[in-house]
Amino acid sequence: MFPQLALRLKRFGLRLLSKPRLDIPLLLALFVLAIVGLSNLYSAGNGNDSLVIGQAARFVLGGVLLLVISRIPPPVLRSWTPWLYLGSTALLVVVAILGEGRGAYRWLDLGVMRFQPSELLKLTMPMMVAWYLHPRQLPPGWKDIAVVGLLIAVPAGLIAEQPDLGTALLVAGAGAFALFLSGMAWWRIGLLGGAVGAVIPVAWQFLHEYQRNRVRTLLDPESDPLGKGWHIIQSKIAVGSGGAFGKGWQHGTQSRLEFLPEHTTDFAFAVFSEEFGLIGVILIMLLYAFIIGRCLWIAMNARDTYSRLLAGAIGMSFFVYVAVNGGMVAGILPVVGVPMPLLSYGGTSAVSLLTGFGVLMSIHANRKLHD
Amino acid sequence: MKRRRASIKETRGEVALFRRRALAGFALILLGLSAVCVRYVYLQVLHHEEFVARSDQNRVKPRAIPPARGLIYDRNGVLLADNVPAFRLEVTPEQVDDMDAMLGKLGAVVPISDDDIATFKKQVKQGRRFEGIPLRLKLTEDEIGRFAVNRWRFPGVDVVPYLTRRYPLGPSMAHVIGYVSRIDADDLDRMDDDEEASYKGTTHIGRIGIERSYEKLLHGSPGYELVEVNADGRTQAVLDTTPPTPGKNVYLSIDVRLQKAAEQAMAGRAGAAIAIDPRNGEVLAFVSVPDFDPNLFVNGISSADYKALTTAPDKPLYNRALRGVYPPGSTVKPFLALGGLSMGIRRPSDTVLSTGEFCIPGQSRCYRDDKRGGDGTVNMIRAIELSTNTYFYRLALDMGIDRLATWMGGLGFGKKTGIDLVGEVEGILPSREWKATRSKSGWYPGETIIAGIGQGYWAVTPLQLAHATATFAGRGIPYTPHLLLDTQDGVDSPRVHQPFPPSGPSVIRKASDWDAVNEGMEAVINSGKGTGKALRFGFPYIIAGKSGTAERFSRKTDAYDTNKNTAYLASRHRALFIAYTPADDPKIAVAVVLEAGAWGAADSGPIARKILDQWVVDEGGPRPVDPAPGQVVTADADPADATEDEPEPPAAPASAGAPPQDDGEDQ
Repeated sequence: MFPQLALRLKRFGLRLLSKPRLDIPLLLALFVLAIVGLSNLYSAGNGNDSLVIGQAARFVLGGVLLLVISRIPPPVLRSWTPWLYLGSTALLVVVAILGEGRGAYRWLDLGVMRFQPSELLKLTMPMMVAWYLHPRQLPPGWKDIAVVGLLIAVPAGLIAEQPDLGTALLVAGAGAFALFLSGMAWWRIGLLGGAVGAVIPVAWQFLHEYQRNRVRTLLDPESDPLGKGWHIIQSKIAVGSGGAFGKGWQHGTQSRLEFLPEHTTDFAFAVFSEEFGLIGVILIMLLYAFIIGRCLWIAMNARDTYSRLLAGAIGMSFFVYVAVNGGMVAGILPVVGVPMPLLSYGGTSAVSLLTGFGVLMSIHANRKLHD
Repeated sequence: MKRRRASIKETRGEVALFRRRALAGFALILLGLSAVCVRYVYLQVLHHEEFVARSDQNRVKPRAIPPARGLIYDRNGVLLADNVPAFRLEVTPEQVDDMDAMLGKLGAVVPISDDDIATFKKQVKQGRRFEGIPLRLKLTEDEIGRFAVNRWRFPGVDVVPYLTRRYPLGPSMAHVIGYVSRIDADDLDRMDDDEEASYKGTTHIGRIGIERSYEKLLHGSPGYELVEVNADGRTQAVLDTTPPTPGKNVYLSIDVRLQKAAEQAMAGRAGAAIAIDPRNGEVLAFVSVPDFDPNLFVNGISSADYKALTTAPDKPLYNRALRGVYPPGSTVKPFLALGGLSMGIRRPSDTVLSTGEFCIPGQSRCYRDDKRGGDGTVNMIRAIELSTNTYFYRLALDMGIDRLATWMGGLGFGKKTGIDLVGEVEGILPSREWKATRSKSGWYPGETIIAGIGQGYWAVTPLQLAHATATFAGRGIPYTPHLLLDTQDGVDSPRVHQPFPPSGPSVIRKASDWDAVNEGMEAVINSGKGTGKALRFGFPYIIAGKSGTAERFSRKTDAYDTNKNTAYLASRHRALFIAYTPADDPKIAVAVVLEAGAWGAADSGPIARKILDQWVVDEGGPRPVDPAPGQVVTADADPADATEDEPEPPAAPASAGAPPQDDGEDQ
């Protein structure tokens, strides 16, 4: 009995060594990003230690989750997927019921901590789409596209109702990317895109007044310099005054004098741009591009359809964060509350991002052997 | 296995497809990131100079100026709520290095209570960032002076002027006006972004009463000033100001003289008194006793004061007029009579023989009259005058519970009157539907019978009773009772009347129905035998009314209660009285409910009369002579006189189950 067990353990250990579980380049890139995020936060918060410590604690928690999840093999994740998806969607419904008539309501109070069920969907959504497409004939036909569309629309709709347009966009994006990666024909994408474009004027009617105002303000921010346009104007001034080389760490006047609202959260990247200039922006963008590319590389080498689609979708949705937040800070996209990954302070976003990378690490560890 | 899957899915082709897609996706992503970078080049290189210039000028910040809250007046312009200037200590937490040490040092300069610190710390956690958070409200001049000398020691602490709410009449209007109190995290959660923006700089919000229901009118909208700040964020100069729009002034339909008279007449006895103008639904007096001082709540009530108010046995915070429910007793009789006429099941002249006992045909259960031996043969007018139970037992039985419930519902019982105050309750209108929600056993005829005298499941709010009385007095035309009379943009602007049209068509079918019931209600006060006969002396107009004495507890036995001790009876009875005057052209309707009163006519009647006396004075007449100087309990002068308003004892059949206890106190 015992020798057998020892043999098994030994074999397991050998396999661990011969096939490292963590992708070192990706881990390194995330680590650099986290360090940049913490130092930017220190500056943005005017040297407020507690902000930095709080964020570091989230990174540690996220890191632990990353390690734990990287040990769960993708087939196990796949078998859990429908339950995880249904569970997280059910929580959304609970929030919707609890939130009846209370304005913006996104939180579930667990006593110890509050958390947003919509964060869970950022991961369970691409998992579900990958799970659904895994056994099907790819590229998908209209029927499968319709089912996936429904899988995406229900939770995304619930989140948009909360109302949290930014997260709804991220969740819907993650699902859509899985569909894209599954090889959905270009002409179908074109057709669907055209249809969505035609629906936008209708959707406009269903947006909340404050969301419409955000879009309106975006189109002409200077019209309301004391109200809604304030965020955008101040953010553009921060970015523009940073110039090519920046004002230097802790020397950004826009955030230090409190002109820049939300400068530790949604507009943290404006602080970074002000202090590190275009050089900093381009370096950070390269870092993000590297992370996304590395995710797609892991996806290409994944063992099965589920892992491929999931890894690819997580990597590509990372792009949505960067593009939406970067565009918002620079005044070309509406203010919808999407954080800059690992640069913005707070929320559960850092934790949920790192959890997603845990899934990637697991997929990497269980990659297919090269022919 | 592998081959089988391959036959279903073309794995190799799929991998190749995925590769192509991933590469295409990555290319698109690089394109997207490049586009973002191009935008940064545009801002940071091409327009760099422009933004540097704007950043340098950017020492100007907008700051919200809170609007002055609208004032509240009574109908004659008596000030009920105003704003007085005060000073508070504000702390910007981000500018304080060691909060506890600072609070310790500051406490030596300006006294700060533990309550203040607890509230402050809570608000720091909830507060919007980089905003001053109030630490101490209402500083004295002495404290302001001491702090000014020491200000340099406390960076991040400021003395800030603000307007605080004051209620000059204190407790008198507490249950009507309510109060404002500090905005808390829950309030902010409830608001959407635009609403939250409109409360920038505002510290108080209407919590209950008029202050709450007309919050939108009273609040106004904030202005902004552009201030130049130094590198520490301290204001250097004000550059430009957009003034706030103050809240609208509000004139209530309440007449403070009448309100005070009603309050004095209640003499501290728990209950409610309401006066309504039947011609338009304007509430002239709205009293709930006991009351409390709303000023305590404005700048944060101390925990000791709050505990005293919430633990007091007579519950001063509880708005009895709006939320208290009581069995209406005999006060429902005129309304039931009107229903009988309306449905055509009674003519005014139809008579019933009252023998002291009424038995359901074919059943052994019997229900008693007030008076041993009964009132003899009575028609509708006599039955109202003498409050003859048998007449109404029979009427209720003939009408049936369904028609009774529908009719009484039409007079506003069992539903909210819709008054412009928050927290109104519906009470209970006995009906099959209502009972079905509570119990599986069906409706019993005995329950219909006791419903006919306002006992059993009945539970009405004093406001509902006043509303029904006013609706009847106004010849059946229902008006939603309301407190808002006029609004006004500023003290120099004209008052703008706020119209409240009738809420429906008249409930009265023909004028003669009204005349008959009115005759009965006039007789209550003006005939020699009416239950309220003591109330007519010295009054210049004819009063019409009806007393009601309801039991707080269901009876254990059928025996007549022989104990005539007033205090003993008061502990068992609710005393109610409704009245209106002048009977030929009603201009005021009142309802009085005493939680502990021996008899409706004897205890609540004089209160109603005192309100009507004050109304005569307000109308320009001489003060009517007190009908019973120095004697409160007029009608009990002869305790043996059984025609006085006796309790209407519902001997509920055991099979019907005991009627619910009067649970009005705790709702």
